Amino acid sequence: MPDGVAIIGVGFTSLQPSTPHLSFKELMFEAAQKAYLDAGVQASEIDSFVTCAEDLNEGLSIFDEYTPDQLGAVQKPMHTLTQDGLHGIADALMQIRSGIAELVVVEAHSKASNVKTPEWLLDYALDPIYNRPLGFNPHAVAGLEMNVFLHETGIRAEHCAQVAAKNRRNALRNPVAAYPLALTPMHVESSPYVAYPLREAEIAERADGCVVVVLANEARTQRSHSKAAWICGVGFANDSATLESRDWVRAEYIRIAAERAYRQASIQNPREIRLFEVDDTYAYKELQHLIALGLYSEGAEAGRSLEAGETKPDGKIPVNVSGGALGMGLSLEASGLYRVVELVLQLRGQASARQLADVRLGLAQSWRGVPTTSGAVVILGTEQPK
Amino acid sequence: MSARKVAVVGAGMTKFMHRALETPKELAWLAAKSALDSAVMNLSQIDCVVLGTAPDAFDGVHMKGEYLSDGCGGWKKPYLRCYVGGGTGVYAVAQAWFHVASGLFDTALVVCEEKMSSCLPHPQAAFLTIFDHITEQPLKPNLLWIFALEQTRYMETYGIALEDIARVSVKNKRNALDHPAAQLGANLTIKDILASEVMAWPVHRLMVSPTSDGAVAVVLAGEEIARRLSDRPVWIQGVGWCLDTAYWTNRDLAYPEYVEKAAWTAYRMAGIREPRKEINIAEPYDPFAYKELHHLEGLQLAPKGQAPKLLADGVFERNGDLPVTPSGGLLGVGNPIAAAGLMKICELFWQLRGEAGPRQVPGKPERGVAQAWGDLMQVGTVVVMGTKEPA
Repeated sequence: MPDGVAIIGVGFTSLQPSTPHLSFKELMFEAAQKAYLDAGVQASEIDSFVTCAEDLNEGLSIFDEYTPDQLGAVQKPMHTLTQDGLHGIADALMQIRSGIAELVVVEAHSKASNVKTPEWLLDYALDPIYNRPLGFNPHAVAGLEMNVFLHETGIRAEHCAQVAAKNRRNALRNPVAAYPLALTPMHVESSPYVAYPLREAEIAERADGCVVVVLANEARTQRSHSKAAWICGVGFANDSATLESRDWVRAEYIRIAAERAYRQASIQNPREIRLFEVDDTYAYKELQHLIALGLYSEGAEAGRSLEAGETKPDGKIPVNVSGGALGMGLSLEASGLYRVVELVLQLRGQASARQLADVRLGLAQSWRGVPTTSGAVVILGTEQPK
Repeated sequence: MSARKVAVVGAGMTKFMHRALETPKELAWLAAKSALDSAVMNLSQIDCVVLGTAPDAFDGVHMKGEYLSDGCGGWKKPYLRCYVGGGTGVYAVAQAWFHVASGLFDTALVVCEEKMSSCLPHPQAAFLTIFDHITEQPLKPNLLWIFALEQTRYMETYGIALEDIARVSVKNKRNALDHPAAQLGANLTIKDILASEVMAWPVHRLMVSPTSDGAVAVVLAGEEIARRLSDRPVWIQGVGWCLDTAYWTNRDLAYPEYVEKAAWTAYRMAGIREPRKEINIAEPYDPFAYKELHHLEGLQLAPKGQAPKLLADGVFERNGDLPVTPSGGLLGVGNPIAAAGLMKICELFWQLRGEAGPRQVPGKPERGVAQAWGDLMQVGTVVVMGTKEPA
């Protein structure tokens, strides 16, 4: 990449199962103030703003109307993406590299507790003509996918339970996690089925929170006093939106996104990366995504490595040290940005009890949940890429 | 500026209509295919896809961008949906511009789709949900009301007569008679417009664009590919967008400052100092008749309060000094929200290439500006395009 782009500030709120005392605007205001302080910038200096939100999650149509005031973005370039926060990072990077902005802010939040009937809302994400009339809840899509994934890869249900237990346990060391718990795989396997073979304890619960990230071009980063996390690579992609024509075993959207990100970051072997923060909306998704990221050549290997503890915090490739979505809570469009926050803290050496040694390169990955095939990958490093 | 130059190399659209039989995905693909065909390209040559579409509430589909993705051609490709309410159609081109200008992608397919007819009995009901839960929704406002407020403020501030506003409808609906995809082309007089039903004073039915189904697409390419693909690429010379406060009740609605800011961002990038002299053709956003005039002033193409007079003098006619909305605009071609904005970009593409058929403005125009607007009278999005390669 010719022109370096870095994250020079992050601000975030604690994830909470519900936040009845705060509006989404107050969550955004808190995260924005923290991010601007962290980056050492004034809101007035920022050239452009990106927010990631979906109308139906917000309960407001044309949600971008309500974004500028609490971010200090009035009469500034501002737009919304109905995508995950990692797409927002890619968007900001492109704005900076095209030369129209030096400082760009990306915001994403979750006020999931406002949605009283999330399952019912998700029904509306199904194809209205071919799928919705069949009357199944979209968790069933995850159940079906998990079933074929286990069948085709040889990964066992116990492995998925181990993922859930690992991430909930990791969250015990994360003060902003909403669902920390010393869970054992046995506990997970005794929780009821939601959509066979998917169990309740393998589904991330929703949480409220907000993340604001400040990105800067090379010159601005060098002037900043904060410890920069350089963007080494970004990628995003969709597989088929249609249930009937997608790949149900492999997360193609992540394979394609990762390929681009690795190429930009000049990474030949993904194991050069020190830690991974990947989507684990459903426990099996962590394994599916790790395979798509190229860490395992075949499924059974992913299962064996998990058993050997490779993805634990003290393993060779720690995955979701933060607790992931299972441990921290699923924060809708902010999910990817909470993964980025963990990378930034680890790269800066500010992850306190979770801090890993020698972190120079980390990867964050997101998925937009059922029934989508939309995902993104961001690779961050302490060194500016060549 | 060091950014890579970007051009539009293909454009296509479906007919705008009241109730299309096609599904939203099918509409999106019909437009995408026709844009690809016009660029003589196929989907495998497209590096990324950008979708623009307005509220999910119209289609009743949650995560509508994801639902539409394969219809748009965003299959096993980088794909995203950008969104600034009614301003989306023009903004989507700015979004795709920086996808290519950044060097991350060489080509981009921009698709804007809207199917409003699925919202029964009328999509206006979906607009109730755009207002603030606490301070506004209890008053049960709708778009007609708030735009009636803005139109009144505009007329009062500058002493503008209703006839001056009605003239926009006459011009645009007449221009649309020459547009093969138009929904509401008509030969009407000022008297006809003023005799139509009052929706919310001073807004009359024929001063309001219809609700529509339709899709539009354009193909963008970086300079190397653009030159190779086409001997007449239309260059994107400037882009700008600007979002004002959500508290619209605290603003003076007589003048759209956010449009001015977005316009100057785009003009500066395009090296334009005197917009009135350096722009040959304008496609401002005209969902309501007064908005075209309001936006021409925001775009610096008419002094404040003077756009109605220039219109009456014939300056904005197709053969006038500054042809405005030669397509027929939203009032004439139709208003499938995001798709309507992108239709304006298509019109510039065809006009600047001399391919606009009976709509062609005389004098070989070299540069045009398209603009859209949306949210709570709050966002301005502007794209400047021209036949000359940017410096």
